[in-house]
Amino acid sequence: MALEQELDVREGVDRETVETVANMGSYKYGWETEIEMDYAPKGISEDIVRLISSKNDEPEWMLEWRLAAYRRWVTMVEPKWAMLNVPAIDYQDLYYYARPKSMETKPKSLDEVDPKLLATYEKLGIPLKEQMLLAGVEGAETYVEGERQVAVDAVFDSVSVGTTFKEKLAEAGVIFCSISEAIKEHPELVKKYLGSVVPQTDNFFATLNSAVFSDGSFVYIPPGTKCPMELSTYFRINAENTGQFERTLIVADKGAYVSYLEGCTAPKRDIAQLHAAVVEIVILEDAEVKYSTVQNWFPGDEDGKGGIYNFVTKRADCRGDRAKVMWTQVETGSAITWKYPSCILRGDDTQGEFYSIAIANNWQQADTGTKMIHLGKNSKSRIVSKGISAGQAQNTYRGLVTMHPRAKNSRNYTQCDSLLIGDKCGAHTVPYIEVKNNSSRVEHEATTSKVDDDQLFYCRARGMDEEEAVALVVNGFCREVLQALPMEFAMEAQSLVAISLEGSVG
Amino acid sequence: MSVAVKQTPLEARLAALDLPKGGFSAPARAAALDRLAAMGLPGVRDEYWRYTNPAELNAAGAPRAKTFEVKDEEPIFDAIDRIRLVFVDGVFDADASDDLAAEGLEISRLADADGTDIHWASALYGALETAGQTPVARPLAALNTAAATDGVLIRVTAKVSKPVHLIYAHKSEDSDPILHHCIKLEENSELTLLENGPAGARFNKVLEVDVAAGARFHHIRAQGRDHERRAVTHIFARVGAEALFKSFTMTANGVLTRNECVIDMVGDDAVAHVAGAALGDGAVAEFHHDDTVFITHGAERGESRQVFKKVLKHGATGVFQGKILVKPGAQKTDGYQISQSLLLDDDCQFLGKPELEIYADDVKCSHGSTTGALDETALFYLRSRGVPHDQAVSLLVLSFLADTIAEIEDETLRDEISARLEAWLSRHRD
Repeated sequence: MALEQELDVREGVDRETVETVANMGSYKYGWETEIEMDYAPKGISEDIVRLISSKNDEPEWMLEWRLAAYRRWVTMVEPKWAMLNVPAIDYQDLYYYARPKSMETKPKSLDEVDPKLLATYEKLGIPLKEQMLLAGVEGAETYVEGERQVAVDAVFDSVSVGTTFKEKLAEAGVIFCSISEAIKEHPELVKKYLGSVVPQTDNFFATLNSAVFSDGSFVYIPPGTKCPMELSTYFRINAENTGQFERTLIVADKGAYVSYLEGCTAPKRDIAQLHAAVVEIVILEDAEVKYSTVQNWFPGDEDGKGGIYNFVTKRADCRGDRAKVMWTQVETGSAITWKYPSCILRGDDTQGEFYSIAIANNWQQADTGTKMIHLGKNSKSRIVSKGISAGQAQNTYRGLVTMHPRAKNSRNYTQCDSLLIGDKCGAHTVPYIEVKNNSSRVEHEATTSKVDDDQLFYCRARGMDEEEAVALVVNGFCREVLQALPMEFAMEAQSLVAISLEGSVG
Repeated sequence: MSVAVKQTPLEARLAALDLPKGGFSAPARAAALDRLAAMGLPGVRDEYWRYTNPAELNAAGAPRAKTFEVKDEEPIFDAIDRIRLVFVDGVFDADASDDLAAEGLEISRLADADGTDIHWASALYGALETAGQTPVARPLAALNTAAATDGVLIRVTAKVSKPVHLIYAHKSEDSDPILHHCIKLEENSELTLLENGPAGARFNKVLEVDVAAGARFHHIRAQGRDHERRAVTHIFARVGAEALFKSFTMTANGVLTRNECVIDMVGDDAVAHVAGAALGDGAVAEFHHDDTVFITHGAERGESRQVFKKVLKHGATGVFQGKILVKPGAQKTDGYQISQSLLLDDDCQFLGKPELEIYADDVKCSHGSTTGALDETALFYLRSRGVPHDQAVSLLVLSFLADTIAEIEDETLRDEISARLEAWLSRHRD
């Protein structure tokens, strides 16, 4: 094993763990679907923005919105403050729109969807059609009450392929569809909320997204409704040299509840690809949104070639009193991650939570964290971040907690822990703390360590072998976050963490 | 016809100064000027100035500050047998100072030493400041190296029994001193340095300390109390193998204070502790206090501590930016950082950025930061035991600050600082 020779492996980190970490490069979603694609010409210009808008049959106001973003974007520069070494990106050498040919006319139901596309998702473990059949979308009566169901919106390169359980959800008044559809079908909602959390002018990548986003998901949960099932978007980048720019907008009206899952993968390629998404969540009075992500974009190979540049803006606005949001993320993929899911705690008694595991291996770089902006009284937030670095990877937690003068009696607790495996990687913590009233309490703790010798010794003394002991300790290191994930994802995340760190152990 | 050319803020600042040519320090001064020209003066858009507006520190002229008379109070450290070196508005006052000759010490005045081209300090003057400019630029320190008019150069060759005490008196309401001190501790030597006083309406000071292998350096500073002064100070230290560096600062009021401490731990088994207790009452004058610390572990088994506490009232602002950088190979590093603020009323604020940057795996690094009001339960407990409110608050505040004072090794000095903190609290009861 090459890594093993290069690394001065510490006592306590067993060889197999190191090897398995090194083997994380064996990315199992790295295949490509051969499908005929329809591309917009390479590069970005007003014409491309117009083209994307017309491909989606958008109304005039939407086009104007995009153009305003584009005109702003050309005046902006890439952010440089993150602890990332980002190779120069040629924004004119990318495709901004790629759509499977068969999607030219939108299929009315999943039955009309190109079987190749459905097969792609099946291979990824997301059997769209089967799920729908099982639940009997055509005859919703076969839907079994109480049984756990997940509705999926599958996004393939620039377009939404299909959304399952639409009818079932519609019964409850829930709108779950692609954003392109929502712009046509529910313009009043989109107009009201799009860009209200992440404005077009927000930052370089969000502004770029505002100009060229092609699809994404839209969710609206009406007042007092608990969404009858978990909602999920699955993003797949397939085409080469293509940037994916999806936009997700979730609105939880008064007293509503929804749990939302997001997954993503991409083929293995030598050339890095750009992914600049925006997720906006609006949460009104007494509503609650849980947003969970397992990010498994292609991380690049062992030599750091290829991989996805994941530059994402995610923000939730707890606009009403007692609104709650919970972000949970497991970041294992991407060559470069630049992502800070944030909470604006605008209402009184609002609550924001952020749970994160970020694993960086080989040449991966991650600069990720959150912002908790306390504006309302008695607002509470909690941040638990676990970073694991191996190989030559750099992993940074970057976070902001701010208590505005008006946010009396608010609380924040932050804990960020980093674990280093190998002596060539790095783990960094960059928290910003701003407290502007004295009735609030802010606590921040951070630690960086290797696998703890005392804990290992304790386990060993109880008869565990070295391997088991390390597995137990590392597992315990992440547990708080794993437990915060919904069932479906907890399983996937647990196995991902296991692949990366526990090896054959346990 | 003349064309009016608008001066940049840096040009304006430099034009207002009478830049000394320097003797032995001339090359370092010229290089510092070049560095400064490349960096420019700091601005609020700079990452490390986001919480402190440097405008008043950059301005061509110093904002006026009333001198401050301490009545019926013994000057700090007066009861201690020490070597006094007095500066009045930044000018060395030989009459008020003790004899410079002492065993194990070689002391010279920068202004005198600069009359010659050869001096031991030529290897140190500006050298640590230069090294401390990466990765974070510190333009006001470069300005100091270029423009310092006075200071002391101390070489320590043995364990010195008496502390050296730098006293900065302030007599003129618009004085704007720039002082630069160099201290070189030879192997296995030991020195305690005391500092106090406001020095001027605006004070820019750099202290470069080179602690060689096995040497021990203690620094206790009381920053001009209840004064309207503005100050920017930098400590640049290089700590060798098995050497010890300890610095404690007590700050009581002051309109604007920025204390930077940049420590490079270059030898194995080095120890560096930096601590600060800041008390700010916005009712006296504005209060903005900023502690910016950067500790680099470049060798194995280093131990570093950053312990900073702030007590803020009446709209006072406290800032802490601390960083631990562990370089590749600096294994077995033990780095710790704690920053805590007590906000005694609602319009105070604390702004902090406690950072870790780590490139070695076998390390133990942690930081903690808490901000909040006084513990009501503890206060209630004391009140219920018959302790009057004001006294109970003082007691709790002092216990809050205890961790910082504990960083002072000498008991007499520790008691002296404790007494001063207590006195401040009793003067600043609501």
